[in-house]
Amino acid sequence: MVELMNVIRLGNIEKIQRGQGRCFVVNGAEIAVFRQRDGRFFAIQNRCPHRQGPLAEGLVGDGKVICPLHAHKFDLVTGAGAEPSEYVKVYAAREQDGEILLMLSAENN
Amino acid sequence: MTKNKSRLVVIGNGMAGARVVEEILKRARDRFDITMFGAEPCGNYNRALLSNVLNGSRSAAEILMNPTAWYRDNGITLHLGVKATQIRRQDKLIFGVPLSKGAAAYAVEAAAPPDAPAVIAPYDRVIIATGSRPFVPPIEGCAGPGTFLFRTLDDCNQISGCAKACRKAAVIGGGLLGLEAARGLMTHGIDVTVIEAASQLMVAQLDFEAGQMLRDTLEGMGVKVMCDKITARVVRDNSRITQLEFKDGSTIETDMLVISAGIRPITEIAAACGLAVNKGLVCDDQMRTSDPDIFGVGECVEHRGKIYGLINPIWEQAQTLADVITGVNPRAAYVGSKLGTKLKIMGVELVSLGETQPSQAGDEVVAYREPSRGVYKKLIVRAGAISGAILLGETDTAGVLTQMFLSGAPAPQRRADLLFGSSSGAPVLSVLDLPDHARVCNCNGVTKGQIKEAIMIGKCRSVSKVAACTKAGSGCGSCRNLIVQLIEAYAGEVADDASESYYVPGVPLEKSQLAAEIRRLGLKSVSAVFRRLAGGKEYPASKAGLASLLKTLWHDEYEDERDARFINDRVHANIQKDGTFSVVPRIYGGVTSPAELRRIAAVAEKFRVPLVKFTGGQRLDLLGVKKEDLPEVWKDLGMPSGHAYARAFRTCKSCVGADFCRYGVGDSLALAQKIERRFQGVESPHKMKLAVAGCPRNCSEACVKDLGAVAIEGGRWEIYVGGAAGSTVRKGSLLCTVDTSEAALKYLGRFMQYYREHGEYLERSWRFVERLGIERLRSILVEDHEGIGARLDLEIQKAVDAYNDPWEEAERPAYPEQFSGPESARALEAAATHG
Repeated sequence: MVELMNVIRLGNIEKIQRGQGRCFVVNGAEIAVFRQRDGRFFAIQNRCPHRQGPLAEGLVGDGKVICPLHAHKFDLVTGAGAEPSEYVKVYAAREQDGEILLMLSAENN
Repeated sequence: MTKNKSRLVVIGNGMAGARVVEEILKRARDRFDITMFGAEPCGNYNRALLSNVLNGSRSAAEILMNPTAWYRDNGITLHLGVKATQIRRQDKLIFGVPLSKGAAAYAVEAAAPPDAPAVIAPYDRVIIATGSRPFVPPIEGCAGPGTFLFRTLDDCNQISGCAKACRKAAVIGGGLLGLEAARGLMTHGIDVTVIEAASQLMVAQLDFEAGQMLRDTLEGMGVKVMCDKITARVVRDNSRITQLEFKDGSTIETDMLVISAGIRPITEIAAACGLAVNKGLVCDDQMRTSDPDIFGVGECVEHRGKIYGLINPIWEQAQTLADVITGVNPRAAYVGSKLGTKLKIMGVELVSLGETQPSQAGDEVVAYREPSRGVYKKLIVRAGAISGAILLGETDTAGVLTQMFLSGAPAPQRRADLLFGSSSGAPVLSVLDLPDHARVCNCNGVTKGQIKEAIMIGKCRSVSKVAACTKAGSGCGSCRNLIVQLIEAYAGEVADDASESYYVPGVPLEKSQLAAEIRRLGLKSVSAVFRRLAGGKEYPASKAGLASLLKTLWHDEYEDERDARFINDRVHANIQKDGTFSVVPRIYGGVTSPAELRRIAAVAEKFRVPLVKFTGGQRLDLLGVKKEDLPEVWKDLGMPSGHAYARAFRTCKSCVGADFCRYGVGDSLALAQKIERRFQGVESPHKMKLAVAGCPRNCSEACVKDLGAVAIEGGRWEIYVGGAAGSTVRKGSLLCTVDTSEAALKYLGRFMQYYREHGEYLERSWRFVERLGIERLRSILVEDHEGIGARLDLEIQKAVDAYNDPWEEAERPAYPEQFSGPESARALEAAATHG
């Protein structure tokens, strides 16, 4: 299936420290982008569905992030939360030529 | 003693005695004034796990089921090390004598010191739970040094002690306990021979074929096995054992001998007072002896002609007895037990249930054998239910099989499911089908209902949590998969068990092991630990704990990867519910100055800080500061970080002390400031909040701080540790009293370092002190019995020397985006992509 995507250039990968996350505001929406130590990038909604904690500030590893406020955990690939019926919105993010790219499908906008 | 309460005396403090008291307390907490006699010198322990102590896989403390505090907390008068010797029924009195040191608790003769006064306890009711003693076959020259029985913790210690000086050991008895003893002895690095009089091992639990296969397995592990051998004589050179001589004339060389040839009920005290005693103390279905006020429970009892030597019957008898004696159900009846056992030998999987051979017409036998792997499985089905089973070499289905055997549930049509699990992977027996009273853990007698309660009310989400709460699963372990099923059924998901026994999840090592590995491999960063010890997987929940440990181990050699830090430690401020931060500058001992206060006021205005508040630690908190403002706030404050966000030394508050206060006897202000200047920022498993009080009135609440110093007359200081006044309130334990403030600093530092090294991650000091016990801490830290005092002093000094003020990163950020807030980005480019 072919889908229209908005590609957003977030700048040099060094904007995000290895193993950390960073919050970007795209068209008013807060998106947490993570750069895992193994070089993989992930992007999810920044606000934790539990109490709106900033997920970009959470500890990251093994494809998961832990919210800094109450340690709710989310899978960065599927968006599924460890708590029942909690999930976060997931976006596609990757590195290209030393730059972070965030892909938003048209419906994300 | 309270009036109206009836007096219950329990003779025997082993598994049966303690269990029956637990059951009674559950039913009627205030019915009895309870007195217990225990010939052994310690609280009740799990005797079935003794072999684990012998082989070193568990410590004596780990198999303790009822520590002495339990008796105290339940108002039980416990006569430890006192053997009951006489029941005077006409006066309703029990007499006991303290055992002399070194006397075997189960010896027939009560070896009391000659001048020991008797202990006398009046009773209304008595429970006899004297258990059994090892049977010693008639062997010439058997008594003497180098010969051991295997029944108590004390025996265990003696065997281990002797094994250290031996090359060869012989074990008489190829039953369950004998084999466990043999395997335990092997861990001491000596040659072990098992001698069995019958023609096969474990004759009570195995058929011949399984016995043979077990023999092969054990021989493959290096245990020598001799069957059909009856020992006639122990040959000694002077007193030292040199050989065993058998009835057939053959001999073997050995340096020591362990006898494990069965057990016999201890009934002297019952027989002497005229109770009906046959092979054991005769009890009816209500567990009553021939005297209606005297009951029996456990291995000393003969019930319907049977004597039991396993745990399962104890649980069942104890329940019935408790029902009857409390009046909860006077007609409760014990009708006998089904027997199942598991051999607890490292490297041998063996479970045996009920009968070993078909004995009735129509008995159906299902068997599977795979000699090359040492696997043998056998099932005896009678009238559609399991009447016996043997699983050797592979016991995956033991939990289910045991449940079906004990409950008499109909066996599934496909019998193979019971030996191998169902082909579809669906559980053969759903735990949901078990009634609440079904016993899931037989080692500890825990029912499904109790486990369910631990999961649903106690919020236990892992096998080890359930074990900590109920003891279920902490014995032989064969019920663990049933516990997993129960957790899944009642809580959805099983939590990562690792996080409890391991220091952090994902790295399968306890703290001391992990520290040793980190040192050995020279791992100085969190990512290096993941790479070498966790298969490269980076567990986010483990990062901060590892960072804390590495910092403690390496001090300034630690390679500090900032992504391993919790957000608070990345930006040196405490995150608030709205994502802003709180800023607490250091105010040593709670003493500030007009100039500092002016700067704080100016910062609050300049950055429009929404809330300025005094903290409980005698400092000022600026709340609601944005992350990106932090560096400027710190620069303007011109004060060092108060570490109010870290798992580290936080603060040391103080009263005004001797200079101003008319009651003050010590200069608390000076000491508090010295403490804070010395230990500021030192990392620890959890936060450390301190206080110093200038007199015992304790205005600064030093007694309920993690560490506290209290001035007393004569210029001395009392040092308290492990105080708490949060969700738990605990008065600190007095570690020591010292003469000078230098000595106070020294012992505070020693405690901190020991806590840093041995505290679990996120374990507060009060829990740490309770876990280790203040006596032990005092012996290590003050009396220096382990000789590590000087090293601890040196290590804490290194931590002190490694201090730097993290707020200096205002001038020199650790990385460019350290304090960056959200960045705006705009969708600019559209592209078609294959989704």
